Amino acid sequence: MDTSILARFVRLHDRRGWTAFGACAVLLLLVLPLTLPDYLVPLLGKFLCFAIAAIAIDLIWGFTGILSLGHGVFFALGGYAIGMYLMLEIGTAGVYRSNLPDFMVFLDWKELPWFWRGFDNFGFAVLMALLVPGVIAFVFGYFAFRSRIRGVYFSIITQALTYAAMLLFFRNETGFGGNNGLTDFKHIYGYSLSDPATKTGLFVISGAALLLVYLGSRYLVCSKLGRVLRAVRDDEAKVRFMGYDPLRYKLFVWTLSAVLCGLAGALYVPQVGIINPGEMQPAASIEMAIWVAVGGRGTLFGAAAGALVVNGAKSVFTGLAPELWLYVLGATFVLIPVLAPRGIAAYGGVLAQLLRGRRAVADTPRPPEPDREAEESVVTEGSAEVRP
Amino acid sequence: MRNAVLTLLFALVVALCPRAVRAGELEQALDDLGSDDFGRVAAAVVSIAGSGHPRALPVLQALEDQKLSFDASGALLIDTGEGFVMAISGEPRAPNGALRAIAANNRVRRALGPAVSRLRLSAPDRAARREAALELFKRPDAATLDVMRRALERESDSEVRDLLSLGIARLELHSEDAERRLAAVTTMRRLVDVSLREDLERLVAARPDGSLVETDRRIRKKAHAALRAIETKTTLINLVANTFYGLSLGSVLLLASLGLGITFGLMRVINMAHGEMLMIGAYTTFVVQNLFLGFAPGALDWYLLAALPAAFLVCGGVGIALERLVVRHLYGRPLETLLATWGISLMLIQTVRLLFGAQNVTVANPSWLSGGFELMPNLVMPYSRLAIVAFTVGVVVLVGLLLYRTSFGLQIRAVTQNRGMAASMGIPAKRVDALTFGLGSGVAGLGGVALSQLGNVGPELGQSYIVDSFMVVVLGGVGDLLGAVLGAMGLGLLNKYVEPMVGAVLGKIIILTLIVLFIQKRPQGLFALRGRAAEV
Repeated sequence: MDTSILARFVRLHDRRGWTAFGACAVLLLLVLPLTLPDYLVPLLGKFLCFAIAAIAIDLIWGFTGILSLGHGVFFALGGYAIGMYLMLEIGTAGVYRSNLPDFMVFLDWKELPWFWRGFDNFGFAVLMALLVPGVIAFVFGYFAFRSRIRGVYFSIITQALTYAAMLLFFRNETGFGGNNGLTDFKHIYGYSLSDPATKTGLFVISGAALLLVYLGSRYLVCSKLGRVLRAVRDDEAKVRFMGYDPLRYKLFVWTLSAVLCGLAGALYVPQVGIINPGEMQPAASIEMAIWVAVGGRGTLFGAAAGALVVNGAKSVFTGLAPELWLYVLGATFVLIPVLAPRGIAAYGGVLAQLLRGRRAVADTPRPPEPDREAEESVVTEGSAEVRP
Repeated sequence: MRNAVLTLLFALVVALCPRAVRAGELEQALDDLGSDDFGRVAAAVVSIAGSGHPRALPVLQALEDQKLSFDASGALLIDTGEGFVMAISGEPRAPNGALRAIAANNRVRRALGPAVSRLRLSAPDRAARREAALELFKRPDAATLDVMRRALERESDSEVRDLLSLGIARLELHSEDAERRLAAVTTMRRLVDVSLREDLERLVAARPDGSLVETDRRIRKKAHAALRAIETKTTLINLVANTFYGLSLGSVLLLASLGLGITFGLMRVINMAHGEMLMIGAYTTFVVQNLFLGFAPGALDWYLLAALPAAFLVCGGVGIALERLVVRHLYGRPLETLLATWGISLMLIQTVRLLFGAQNVTVANPSWLSGGFELMPNLVMPYSRLAIVAFTVGVVVLVGLLLYRTSFGLQIRAVTQNRGMAASMGIPAKRVDALTFGLGSGVAGLGGVALSQLGNVGPELGQSYIVDSFMVVVLGGVGDLLGAVLGAMGLGLLNKYVEPMVGAVLGKIIILTLIVLFIQKRPQGLFALRGRAAEV
């Protein structure tokens, strides 16, 4: 079999899969940017960032069986890194006409703290948006996985992580604008953020990033490494007995997931124009998990679709009946695991088969019955295709 | 008619009082208060203070507070804020015509201060004298030095004597006479009082030009010794206070996490809606309080006793319903249970918000829980917190008895250790699950009653406790009562010991970091279940 990277890449999807991907690409990069009304561009761009974060969570939860309730912190860290760049980019155009960001003038600080140095450089800020979440995830994951913290224990610890980070960022003395966070941005890389063309540009960049992240993740989960990850999810002890070190695999995918989340946060901030510690609330991270659950774990595209669907519903509901939204969200949390544990992606497959005349219904891989302690396994279509 | 009786009575008092000046002199003095000559006013003040009349103190205090006026008919009236009273009799009386307030310049004030203090310091009531002495100590006034000395000579109560000595010492610290300063510092060293730290520090400090404020070496030595003693006492007070607050926080955490730990041990599921049981318990307290307000206002003080069973039953019921309707269907899928129960918590919060509004509601402390117990000066233990510690002990003992002395408890422990084996021995595991869920939620409801006595009751009440109670479970291990107690108390104490050093937020972060490091060493908590059951 041909093992060159390109050939393996082509095999990520069958013809229909690539057609669907191409259609999505045309939609995201051409049709929507040209047709969307101005006020919808940042909203949908925001959703695209959420979709990237959802894919990142799917990698760690859907494929490796580790539920993180703290991905909000990585998302926010990526956002803060870009936010710091945007803050310095304001220059003297702020309220106080000072070189320093407004909140520092307000706090009567005389010069930039050391950890703000370098963030006036766009490249450095982007690098940090990826590096900082990655390094923190790596250190945290190393200690957590090394002592074999698993299951709900790990979930709770990640929640504590984001909770602690939120408390830290709420303090004015931490140096990231405290309660209000970073906001009031003017320019990015010389382009005015209030210009519709810049917004469309950011939308296209987010769309492209989503497509690339999807392809890269797809490549990863279809590789041998992806299979080890699924094996870790289904029976970690057995993987260890077979001579693999689960720590390294888990740590890799955990760190990668955090980096992708940082990327999503970095794209998010210029489009919404604010980043504050609210993004680190435990509730925000749990909501990210529900996007993936709604979309369908272990499917990647399902996760992305789940993020779009849930956030679309949120926008609609908070506009129409704000007091009902929490009920809808709560009911989603309750009903999806009970009634549709495989998410809407499963129904997408069913729909496709219905269109094809019910031919392949019998061949659909059924998820194994859940074990007593293990997370429910979800078999992906992709994994079946690359099997030699 | 009544006035006549009062006048008679007054005359009698004056006649009986040996030190009393004649009535005519007092009246003259009171009239003099209205004089334009401040010298005469000051003399009148001294004369009134010396009269021994029972109304002398209220009159002078009213003058000090600028509440004393003449009306058009020449009657001297005191404005009590709610109405006017006759200065000399205390009888309510409407002012007749325009009022003319009595002004007091510095000269009058200099006479007033010591006069009022002397009157207060010679009050027959010990509490009143103590109050006066404390005030003089807190706000020293050089003019009252002699008054305090004389009061000290005739004072018999040791606490008032100490306060007076400290007050005198505080003034004499600035005396020209080195011996007096030495005596003052010696007094301060003897009666260590932490509020004197700044006075002493100023004494031993150097002036900006490098010269010393106090040059006498004996005094400096004594002052340093006093400062060291104050330091020790401060540390002790803080230690006791932090321990007390730590235990009370630990008690709340224990009530919040007890049920969580039991259900986690039993079913391996984390109930994210557990915090909302606290919230529902607190709101149940609110409802019970309002029912008492509406139907039995006389028994309002005892509404808490009715709120306890009510909260237990309401939260227990919600817990059982939760288990039957949702958790049961997710058996063996702990991560999904976590998400589903989170959804439940969102819905519960929103429901409470719609029912009671998004604002905090007021739950009042019953009178027997207001106030506090003064263990030592500067250290008051609120009764509500003391009650919560005692209440938690009671709850833990009851839960312990239930777990280790009843057949239901035996069943819970059996299912916790090995579900399959217990089920095959005929234990109805499903029913045990539901009842235990109810028990855990009910205990959280009791925690909610306790929380309603400590702070605000709002829809988000439970959210703020959820992370902390999980930390208790992580720290204490699951399925072990002792572990939960030690975990909660350890966390509560650690919180209160670290907080004063680095602040609340950094303290929390440090503790979370410590817990993460702690799990490195003991992934299963302080008290791990042994054997296969311990695999999570």
